[in-house]
Amino acid sequence: MSLLKCENVSMGYEGKVVVEGLDFQVNSGDYLCIVGENGSGKSTLMKGLLGLRVPMSGKIETGDGLKHTEIGYLPQQTVVQKDFPASVREIVMSGFLNNMGIRPFYNKEEKKKAQEIMSKLSIDNLAKRCYRDLSGGQQQRVLLARALCATKKMLLLDEPVAGLDPVVTSEMYDLIESLNKEGITIIMISHDIHAALKYATKILYVSDKPVFYDSKEAYLESEKGKLFAYGEGGAK
Amino acid sequence: MNILMESDVMATLARYFELDFVKRAFVVGILIAFCASLLGVTLVLKRFSYIGDGLSHVAFAAMCVAMISSLSNNMLLILPVTIVAAILMLKTGQNAKINGDAAIAMISVGSLAVGYLLINKFPPSTNVATDVCTTLFGSTSILTLSDSDVLICVIMSVVVVIFYIFYYNKVFAVTFDENFARATGIKASVYNTSLAVIIAIIIVLAMNLVGSLLVSALVIFPALSAMRVFKNFKSVVICSALLSVICATTGMLISILNDTPVGSTIVIVDMCAFLLFSIAGFVTGRGRA
Ligand SMILES: Nc1ncnc2c1ncn2[C@@H]1O[C@H](COP(=O)(O)OP(=O)(O)O)[C@@H](O)[C@H]1O
Ligand SMILES: [Mg+2]
Repeated sequence: MSLLKCENVSMGYEGKVVVEGLDFQVNSGDYLCIVGENGSGKSTLMKGLLGLRVPMSGKIETGDGLKHTEIGYLPQQTVVQKDFPASVREIVMSGFLNNMGIRPFYNKEEKKKAQEIMSKLSIDNLAKRCYRDLSGGQQQRVLLARALCATKKMLLLDEPVAGLDPVVTSEMYDLIESLNKEGITIIMISHDIHAALKYATKILYVSDKPVFYDSKEAYLESEKGKLFAYGEGGAK
Repeated sequence: MNILMESDVMATLARYFELDFVKRAFVVGILIAFCASLLGVTLVLKRFSYIGDGLSHVAFAAMCVAMISSLSNNMLLILPVTIVAAILMLKTGQNAKINGDAAIAMISVGSLAVGYLLINKFPPSTNVATDVCTTLFGSTSILTLSDSDVLICVIMSVVVVIFYIFYYNKVFAVTFDENFARATGIKASVYNTSLAVIIAIIIVLAMNLVGSLLVSALVIFPALSAMRVFKNFKSVVICSALLSVICATTGMLISILNDTPVGSTIVIVDMCAFLLFSIAGFVTGRGRA
């Protein structure tokens, strides 16, 4: 059984279909990249996978005992209000809340784990800083740390490198790759087809007629892949 | 001369504090200020300030109806009506299809009109003008609290504080990033609804203290002041609660000594504190330019 399975899913807003005919599954340990043009419905699909939006038709199933409280999520540009007072530690720790049930406060173990995760992402020195005073790359790391606190199994990342400079971008990709090697299943939306080809094991190309490629080699063989990966319109 | 005046003030205050109704007023005032500011932080950050304002008008209408029908305790009508209104407003505010802001403005102005019309047409006492003024600005009502008013206020405050402490972290998560909270399996709508109920309770309680037109000030000023200086959620919540209690106490003292209306005095003290905190934020470079 796979962790996540989509059967003929279509998603949309107020009766208008944005993306349809999605058929794919994600197994434990996979690194799935969702690629496609702007506005093709990638984020919408991810909201469906997360249960934030109900699909218009079709079925999205979780398997292998994956529970909703075991999923980590890095949203596309979290629009945090300009003056929101929140320290890095407060935000990172909030990732644990989904697994705490009715327990109101964090325990020692969680505090220790948050510290470990922050060190791993090299943001431990920022723990007391205010979130909105950080740079874009630092903010992304904070949100990734929060996502990691929320899961040991599966991470959904919506354009995790958007707006980051090349150095920080490749650091971010390396980080995600190492997480995948540790056994966390990754589903990542990306504009960057080169990165997708470098890191992913599976590729989902989303457009008005979505196609799922079981491996990136299969994608490269296809017409779409040739055009997108090597053509001039390629990586946007 | 100076010393003489000071001892004079102290003597006056001592005399006042021998009176039961003054003690009651202070207990209630401090509790309300404390609860209002706790929730104020979330209200401001969730962009719910307008709901607080709208609710106070609904509560005014409910108060008018309660006065006309001469219930044994006005709270019995006002509280449920305001809670229902809070939940409805929260839902309209989140609905993308209709213009939530305008809908809430309509409800709030509409209730004001209906309330005023009713109380004029079926006057509960001979002095409608004073009644209305009291409901709107809370002038003397804080000093005429009955024992049951105080009891209701104490119980409600305890409920609010327990809820807040117990759900503090979840309230933070839902306030900071509701989508993430929902995506990872936190039942955000439960917390939103609970917040709406609590906000309604606080608005109704605070109406006793400052009147319905000034309620919002009590809720949002301490939070806004604290946000000028502090940069993490916990410090902001603690600072705003302390500040609110200090301002309410100072306001009530000034009001007793100078015979000014309680509600507006407290709000003016809150405003002064906001000014001070803005300057402090600016000087320490923490405030926004
Ligand atoms: N909240 C919304 N209401 C209505 N339409 C939306 C909403 N969000 C996105 N859309 C539309 O759905 C389409 C897909 O959007 P999105 O999933 O964000 O694309 P992508 O992430 O692939 O760039 C776009 O045409 C967009 O205009
Ligand atoms: Mg997107």
